[in-house]
Amino acid sequence: MTTSAEPYDEVVQRDFGGLGRTVVHEGELLRHPTYTRFLHWTVAIFFFAALLSGLAIYSPWTFRWLAPLFGGGPMTRFLHPWFGVGFAVAWFFQFLNWRGVMTWTDADSKWLREIGRYARNEDKVEPEYVGFYNGGQKLQFWEIVFGGLVLLITGLLMWFPEITGRIAVAISYVLHDISALIMLGGIFVHIYLSTIGQPGTFRAMTRGAVTRAWAWTNHPAWYREVTGRDPREDCEEARRRLANRERAVKDFELGHPEPTRERNPRE
Amino acid sequence: MATERLFQIRAISGHVGTVPGGGMQHELEVCKLVDVTTCIGCKACEVACVEWNKYPFRETTFNNTYQTMPSTEWNYWNLIKFNEHQREDGTQMWLMRKDQCMHCADPGCLRACPADGAIVQYTNGIVDFNQENCIGCQYCVSGCPFNIPKFNSSTKTVFKCTLCSDRVGSGLEPACIKACPTGCLHFGTKSEMTELAVARATQLREQSGFADAGVYDPSSIGGTHVIYVLHDAKHPELYGGLPADPQIPFSYTYWKWLAKPIGLMIALLGLLAVVFHYIFTGPKRPQPEAREGDV
Repeated sequence: MTTSAEPYDEVVQRDFGGLGRTVVHEGELLRHPTYTRFLHWTVAIFFFAALLSGLAIYSPWTFRWLAPLFGGGPMTRFLHPWFGVGFAVAWFFQFLNWRGVMTWTDADSKWLREIGRYARNEDKVEPEYVGFYNGGQKLQFWEIVFGGLVLLITGLLMWFPEITGRIAVAISYVLHDISALIMLGGIFVHIYLSTIGQPGTFRAMTRGAVTRAWAWTNHPAWYREVTGRDPREDCEEARRRLANRERAVKDFELGHPEPTRERNPRE
Repeated sequence: MATERLFQIRAISGHVGTVPGGGMQHELEVCKLVDVTTCIGCKACEVACVEWNKYPFRETTFNNTYQTMPSTEWNYWNLIKFNEHQREDGTQMWLMRKDQCMHCADPGCLRACPADGAIVQYTNGIVDFNQENCIGCQYCVSGCPFNIPKFNSSTKTVFKCTLCSDRVGSGLEPACIKACPTGCLHFGTKSEMTELAVARATQLREQSGFADAGVYDPSSIGGTHVIYVLHDAKHPELYGGLPADPQIPFSYTYWKWLAKPIGLMIALLGLLAVVFHYIFTGPKRPQPEAREGDV
């Protein structure tokens, strides 16, 4: 079991490290082992298959053109519940995998109270109490756990109307929609924050490793946990070194009025 | 279906845009009148229905009743429901009602259907299923207050009474009407049938001692194109579970036509929100950042 003394990624590395290989270079930290990444993308494939086939049925007046992607209306109708089952199974394993690290803590409540600062990007570096996952990520996790449960139950009720009856179907129809719409709204935020919204994040789910700078910026408490170092100090140290380097480059340029070539300004 | 060219269309399920060819010609609303008080339970209408629609007689279950089977089926659209009713004075009475699609003016099946063109309502009031467009979701089953659409699990499509749209389109009366030996079934325009039904109900009240006799044409779904004359219009449930106040579930009315599009818009606002977040707030980069263009 996950304990506070044993960092989460060490636990998963021990349990699932044998599956696949994650290369962690110098200056990087292991974020997600292969098992987690495999589950994430399996869930993602089923999620989008279920979302697109579901939208074709949800609002044919807007998304009727999605049905041919799945082989036409009857096939879309046939496949959609199976996509849902696939999502539920893959997500169940991801739930088992993540339920420990997603446990809600006081730090998350604190983060949630300060969500405005997070949304406005007021802190260049996240508060020191933000661990492996922040409150927003945990909120989304639990939303998908309970929302997924609603989708699964109502979906099954609508799948077998002969057994459940027309009123159960009619109620499920509304609840299924609401739960799906919440997830649809959430997926935009999820994709945005894991790609262009927070550069350096996407590689966590592809290669499995993140830079130390990403870690002390976005998850300082986790950085402290896995490296045993102070995230703020390391950030300041990196800032000093960068400033020194920039100053050295500037001095060099003053001595050499010709523009220097073949130099990446970001290094 | 051939009938699509014969009849003018009023509404199409899951359809984008307007209904083609609306208002081209004047069409009268058709109506089937079932006077349950003169039904003798001969089941000629049941036989005529399966014969005309070329269905073999299906297997059934015996439930100690005269009723052919417990409910209508995908290939058995017309069923006389039998109820041995004990009246207040202790005498017994057969209540027999011919059960079939009611062809509602506001059809719950059509409202619930997400498949374009799977359910069509004609201007003459007939609600018809086009199985070639049916996706087999069975929402229509849930939307119907009369438990009429039935799923065929081998074709994965839903079937029900067509009010013999193929016959009506050719100027014939429905097969059940043709077969009825007692004159219990009538077919004509809605106004004619309503007039006849009201006259018959009045006769039952004034001359036959059925004080509660009346016409069943429920206004909660805008009226139906199959109307009944009942001995006891105050208790339609006695006639094989005819609902006194048939309702289309909220899910297929306000939710589907109002809340659904609004809900979708709200969810899509998530997309707009992240786009504007990127524009106005910008990304959160790992610190420290090199000062751009200043090296």
